[in-house]
Amino acid sequence: MNKRKERLIKYLFTALAFSSLVFLIGIVLVLFKEALPIFGKVSLKAFLLGESWYPTSEPPEFGILPLILASLWVTLGALVICVPIGVGSALYLHELAGPRQRAILKPVIEILASVPSIVYGFFGMVILSPFLQDTFELPIGLCALTTSIILGVMATPTVASIAEDALSYVPRSFREASFAVGADRWQTLTKVIIPAAGSGISTAIILGMSRAIGETMTVLMVAGGAAVIPHSVFDPVRPMTAAIAAEMGEAPVGSDHYNALFAIALILFLITFVFNIAAEFISRRFRLKLGLSR
Amino acid sequence: MKKILMSIVALGLAMPAFAGKAVMEGSTTVLPIAQKAAEVFMNNNPGEEISVRGGGSGVGIASIIDGTCDIADASRAIKPAELEKAAKKGRNLKAHVIAMDGISHIVHPSNTVTNLTREQIKKMYTSRASNWKEFGGPDLRIVVISRDSASGTFEAFSDMVLDRKRVRPDAIMQASNQAIASIVARTPGAIGYVGLGYLTPAVKAIGVDGIIPTKESVLRNKYPITRPLFMYTNGKPEGTVKKFIDFLKSPEGQKIVNEEGFVGLK
Repeated sequence: MNKRKERLIKYLFTALAFSSLVFLIGIVLVLFKEALPIFGKVSLKAFLLGESWYPTSEPPEFGILPLILASLWVTLGALVICVPIGVGSALYLHELAGPRQRAILKPVIEILASVPSIVYGFFGMVILSPFLQDTFELPIGLCALTTSIILGVMATPTVASIAEDALSYVPRSFREASFAVGADRWQTLTKVIIPAAGSGISTAIILGMSRAIGETMTVLMVAGGAAVIPHSVFDPVRPMTAAIAAEMGEAPVGSDHYNALFAIALILFLITFVFNIAAEFISRRFRLKLGLSR
Repeated sequence: MKKILMSIVALGLAMPAFAGKAVMEGSTTVLPIAQKAAEVFMNNNPGEEISVRGGGSGVGIASIIDGTCDIADASRAIKPAELEKAAKKGRNLKAHVIAMDGISHIVHPSNTVTNLTREQIKKMYTSRASNWKEFGGPDLRIVVISRDSASGTFEAFSDMVLDRKRVRPDAIMQASNQAIASIVARTPGAIGYVGLGYLTPAVKAIGVDGIIPTKESVLRNKYPITRPLFMYTNGKPEGTVKKFIDFLKSPEGQKIVNEEGFVGLK
């Protein structure tokens, strides 16, 4: 009886562990199945490089270049915010903060991560965008810059906590050896600790990017939604996630528009997939470099 | 064990019909009417429950065709393609006109422009025209605000003003009437369009072809961009849905329509 129970539990956990795989495969299959029909109507090149996104006019046009560029712009903008703040916080927490400060700062950063995205969106819409609009005398405050700032703040905890982990993986012996040969604290930090944790920090940045590019609710609320190729950070934009969220509800199932939205989702998925593979690859190399086993 | 499960499932299936629940979804123009009417209706009829969601007319109609809502609010008539889809799914959508509305063009209160022709509005929305000066206004960049394609207001506007020409690509796209009203209220160069019920002192409604959108001008059919607001049901309404639609068409319901700033049926 006991043995049977044990086996049963083992199977249960095996099934649970593999369920993620099943979900992933299911999602990929559906994405491909629903996305591919559009490429019978529009060539891949026209889809990716087309500059007009008019899915519901007659005749429709499905060019998603403005949407891709919008996503990349706001994500790069977010990096400008979240990398210095995130990595800086990680360095401070790891190198300078006393136990008391750590005890306050770490949970605070984690709470920042748990604020729902709609709250960020609301904040961006009601406070940040009017503020930027007045400060820079913009025609309108809903633009790439506003979106970048909000996304940057949202991605900061991801970057900070993973970078902090990376720093804490650097073996003590590295630091001791550095001090032993007479290096001061700054030299140890810049010449030993950061290079050793470098790939871990890169992983943190890449995962922060994934977080920013996949964010939907916030960009829907603050990006402005104009499907044009952005020429400045003050232009309103329509990132891929916002287009999908805004249009999926009314696109008739099985229509070209519906398939095109799935194709956008597929492309977005491929982009984040590449990000995550890169992060995994870099962090693996990093562990090897430090002589840590998997 | 199986029996218990079955009866739970059966109970679960039977519950909604018994409790008198209905789901209403769609147009954000109709939303204020729908929400208020549902509140009053539920107050008057304890036990009946109506949940109300926005999303846009296109979303409401797609939902009722898919069977995920009981009443679809729409600020435009159903399109042939949607009718065809409904027929394929065996649904026979029935339209109920519940109010009249005028699509009102709004600008920031500081804007000196008080009237535009339909041709001028069309030019603003479809060409690269970029300064209010061209339209007799201040030297200010025009910020064109439009609705996402799920919007019935957009469809009606596109039919009646744009002749279905494409909206310029750099127009700001928003998902609801309220979003447009609040952006226009704080953006000096903005122009947007909303249903009559969304006119507040925070924005300025401009005349179209010389006629200011008011209840009066819509009622007399003088205002050029007038349209009916609909609720669609699947087949002849029954139960809670029927009670609700009847309520909304009754004098008490039409009073709500007027209170929310729209034009009641005569």
